[in-house]
Amino acid sequence: MSTPDSADYTTDEMMSVAAARALRDGSSCFVGIGLPSTAANLARRLHAPNLTLVYESGCLGAKPSRLPLSIGDGELAETADAVVSVPEVFNYWLQPGRIDVGFLGAAQLDRFGNINTTVIGEYADPKVRLPGAGGAPEIAASCREVFVVLRQSARAFVEEVDFVTSFGHGHGKGDRRRLGLPGAGPTLVITDLGVLRPDPETAELTLTELHPGVEPDQVRAATGWPLRVAGDLAVTPAPTEQELRVLRELKKVSA
Amino acid sequence: MAEVIGLREAVAELVRDGDTVAMEGFTHLIPVAAGQEIIRQRRTGLTLARMTPDIIYDQLIGAGCAGKLIFSWGGNPGVGSLHRFRDAVQHSWPVPLEIEEHSHAGMANRYVAGASGLPFAVLRGYTGTDLAGHTGTIKPITCPFTGERLTAVPALNPDVAIVHAQRADRAGNVQLWGITGVQKEAVLAAHRALVTVEEVVPELPPRPGAIVLPAWAVTAVAEVPFGARPSYAQDYYDRDNEAYQAWDAISRDRAEFGRWLREELGAEV
Repeated sequence: MSTPDSADYTTDEMMSVAAARALRDGSSCFVGIGLPSTAANLARRLHAPNLTLVYESGCLGAKPSRLPLSIGDGELAETADAVVSVPEVFNYWLQPGRIDVGFLGAAQLDRFGNINTTVIGEYADPKVRLPGAGGAPEIAASCREVFVVLRQSARAFVEEVDFVTSFGHGHGKGDRRRLGLPGAGPTLVITDLGVLRPDPETAELTLTELHPGVEPDQVRAATGWPLRVAGDLAVTPAPTEQELRVLRELKKVSA
Repeated sequence: MAEVIGLREAVAELVRDGDTVAMEGFTHLIPVAAGQEIIRQRRTGLTLARMTPDIIYDQLIGAGCAGKLIFSWGGNPGVGSLHRFRDAVQHSWPVPLEIEEHSHAGMANRYVAGASGLPFAVLRGYTGTDLAGHTGTIKPITCPFTGERLTAVPALNPDVAIVHAQRADRAGNVQLWGITGVQKEAVLAAHRALVTVEEVVPELPPRPGAIVLPAWAVTAVAEVPFGARPSYAQDYYDRDNEAYQAWDAISRDRAEFGRWLREELGAEV
């Protein structure tokens, strides 16, 4: 196989690599399917071999050799440290706050990190009916912190979500505490353009990192609210050759 | 004791028009053959309960068997949308579909309460979400010991639960292993339970970690090899991911779905 040129990568690859880097070795991560699962499995192959992957199908410590198509694929069960029932994974493992990071995707995300995966439009008369909540409301409530990964567009990054499927920071700082939500909520949003974090004073999502070659105006145009940009805006390091090689191998065996 | 009978006879006896039916199996061991037999027998007005409606409920909804769906995630796992479900919710086709929507944690706990013979379950869930405002079966409750505000969800006690398992013995005792989802809870919560199995064996050799549903907890057992396809049965066959991807094209179009229904199941919308 030829060595990947680290200058030649897609925005999706940059997003997956940036998301993988956010996961610390030795921590536990409740993984949603799709982009979060790609990032978590990539992290386990790079810098975080001791990352515990928890899937809502009841697989604790899954170590798949390829990306699963669904959260209940047989390989997750065969490679897990333990396979438990669905009531157990939610009641005993998630609810008491044993999981460090909840890693979620979203159809819509708003300026305070609230997530919608339920409907676009009115609930009773939806423009688009989406799959719904799954495990996400309690993942967003109970994990110590939440990372969100999704492609950035003005349609997805909205001022206010049509439906709060999973609570982020409500209408601003302090809302989580007022409601008694145990976890810290979304602390990091990784997109194909950059990285957003809640402002420490207001909890409003603010652009803190740009991926290489991306201009702030591009990110503003792909955001449905007047996006604030951090004063000390950083640039994400480009994917290394190793990161790209491992990601592409992972995608290849999973195709 | 469980009767060991054929699938057609089991569905005819156990599933009635207007019933609340829970077919469970979390990606693994989904009772697909039993669901398709319900379509063949043209049951109507069913309330279908299932955490992840999956393609089997897409087929039942598209065929017009369901009037209501109780669920927590309605998608084609790893592929995208359930198009028959979406068509029913967005355009009432072929019949209007009422929905009662929960989170996974809420659904799992509703079965736990049902299996426990309790009226409700309590969880630290739903806080701050819009689900409570749209679902009548999500209510706040105050802990009598600490004063903490929590959420109560009522027991779900289906008329009939249908699950698929690896094997049973001739007396109707059932072993199932791998990802076991909420199958045990659904069976114990239901008034009647049908278990389809890959094989009926004379005696069940012990198998560590294989949940045993004793024959007296099950109404009927039917031997249906490959009864979970295109989902899978651990140690018997793998998930047919291509079939899940192919379902996207079949289900996207009403006419194409109608053709599939006629050719595969001999049924009409």
